[in-house]
Amino acid sequence: MAEIQIKNVAKAFGSYTALHDINLTIADQEFMVLLGASGCGKTTLLRIVAGLETATTGEVWIGGRRVDHLPPKDRGIAMVFQNYAVFPHLTVFENIGFGLRMKKLPEAEVKRRVERTATLMHIEQLLGRYSGELSGGQRQRVAVARALAMEPDVILMDEPLSNLDALLRLEMRAELKGVLAESKTTAIYVTHDQVEAMSLADRISVMHQGRIVQADKPVAIYRNPAAEFVAGFIGNPPMNFLPADPRGDGKWMVAGQVIDGPTHSGALKFAIRPEDVKLGDHGLPATVRLVEPLGAHLLVTCDVGGTLFRAVLDSDLSLKLGDTLTLTPQGDRQRWFDPATTLAVA
Amino acid sequence: MSPRYLPYILILPVTLFLCAFFLYPFLLVARQAFLSDGGYSLQNFRETMGYWKFSISLQNTMLLALAVVPVQVSLALLMATMVSRMKKGRDLVLYIWTIPLGISDLAAGIIWFAIFEQSGFLNSMLTGLGVIDKPAVLLGYQNPLLVFIAIALAEIWRATAIMLVILVAGIGLIPKEYYEAAEVFGASPWQRFLRITLPLLRPSLQTALILRVVLAFEVFAVVVALGGTLFPVMMGQIYSYQFDLQNAGGAAALALVVLAISIAFTLVILRALRVPKGATI
Repeated sequence: MAEIQIKNVAKAFGSYTALHDINLTIADQEFMVLLGASGCGKTTLLRIVAGLETATTGEVWIGGRRVDHLPPKDRGIAMVFQNYAVFPHLTVFENIGFGLRMKKLPEAEVKRRVERTATLMHIEQLLGRYSGELSGGQRQRVAVARALAMEPDVILMDEPLSNLDALLRLEMRAELKGVLAESKTTAIYVTHDQVEAMSLADRISVMHQGRIVQADKPVAIYRNPAAEFVAGFIGNPPMNFLPADPRGDGKWMVAGQVIDGPTHSGALKFAIRPEDVKLGDHGLPATVRLVEPLGAHLLVTCDVGGTLFRAVLDSDLSLKLGDTLTLTPQGDRQRWFDPATTLAVA
Repeated sequence: MSPRYLPYILILPVTLFLCAFFLYPFLLVARQAFLSDGGYSLQNFRETMGYWKFSISLQNTMLLALAVVPVQVSLALLMATMVSRMKKGRDLVLYIWTIPLGISDLAAGIIWFAIFEQSGFLNSMLTGLGVIDKPAVLLGYQNPLLVFIAIALAEIWRATAIMLVILVAGIGLIPKEYYEAAEVFGASPWQRFLRITLPLLRPSLQTALILRVVLAFEVFAVVVALGGTLFPVMMGQIYSYQFDLQNAGGAAALALVVLAISIAFTLVILRALRVPKGATI
């Protein structure tokens, strides 16, 4: 059992506060992704869990044991670094066995574990090589094998795929998911790539300016963003926002159309994902400004009441600039945000 | 101009310079070493290496290098590690530690002579504290060990900084992630030094060691200042052949012997600290 609890963790670098009062519980064997733009504090949080950084305040618990005062090696963790950190002066075998030898495991056990994890990561034929003789993808595999060989309670990954080319990233992503599910370890995975986050995570914590804005299952985050930031950050193309004026009784004026919404005092923002609108007879009047055929569908950028609005439409449509369309938002996919708090309003 | 020839054209000036001021004089010296009584022979080598002072000066030079270089390596490693860990004032400390580099070796010898001579700082301090009654002759024929220690100390003080500078640069090239990975995977600070810093520092250690070992065989001015004739070394012998005995052939032969020793040690160091292909940072 290795549940991770992060309690009231804050971190300041001088006068700059990198993390504000973070509280997060990660269940045993859960795959948690910390997602956010660079500088949001996700790596700092990971390094605090690893013990490479000390929290200014707060506690870190792993498997029911408080660990924030312990050195990294006593926390039951292993880590995969962004630049792999595969030791250049050691062979692949020595790299994977590094932590095991530091633990002074018997040489036969070291050999057994190195060979097992190397086979798991499909690098068993590279054991005698140095890192200078490996490709980026192979180094990545060595870094993961080195972490898995420790048989840790928790595996921490800091943007492990960001240095790989697109095709390799896709392949490693799928492989990583399988290997980690099999290893039954709890995982924290830091990335700025939302597709990576969506595809890997059991749960995603979206971070922004040193705070966790929302922590939930990937689909829940996608469908029900808790804040405007999450709505705009997740999804490609991002969610559309339109100003909405109250007409009373839960009626809202959006781009000249009256739409049913929540009862709320003051103005709101109406939000809808580009793929959640259809061409229809009634709805938002839109003027086509840009048409981008993407094969499977058409990405159409329109002008709706003076605001740019993206719609994902069928690729069989023939549209040209200046065409006027009527876009019908799918009723159950409409979301509302309070511009004052930026939070979602149900 | 064809880009194929560009590199050669660019290194041409320095090649010409080296040929004119290093290779040509070297060939002259080499020729002189083998030339005696109007013919080529090994006579100069036989004469200089057969002289009774040859073995003692060779032995002294080797002993001094053996005493000085390991201490310098250890000290430079320690100082470089300390400097690299400093967050503030790092440059200031580095400047202060490298001051001896700016002092000529003869001046360094004289500074240490001022400490050890009969009316020097050490004697004044010891008599002032009442440890000894009257100033003693420290650097005399009665104290060969003390002469050796004084020379070794002066050499360590004078020339450790050159290793330090090379090693600090080398440590700076080792990515921080390797240390973090080693820490996460259970290496203690000492193990990190042994298993990460030292092996990854091999290229810099090579350069620093070769430089120091070669310079240690060329020790001269510090020895002259502190030991005079009490501690004959190879360079001293070369000097006296050239200027006291007016025997240029003998001096040239001995110079070639020192060159051969330097090359031999350089090869040994290159071999011992070589980095396997593909194992560089």
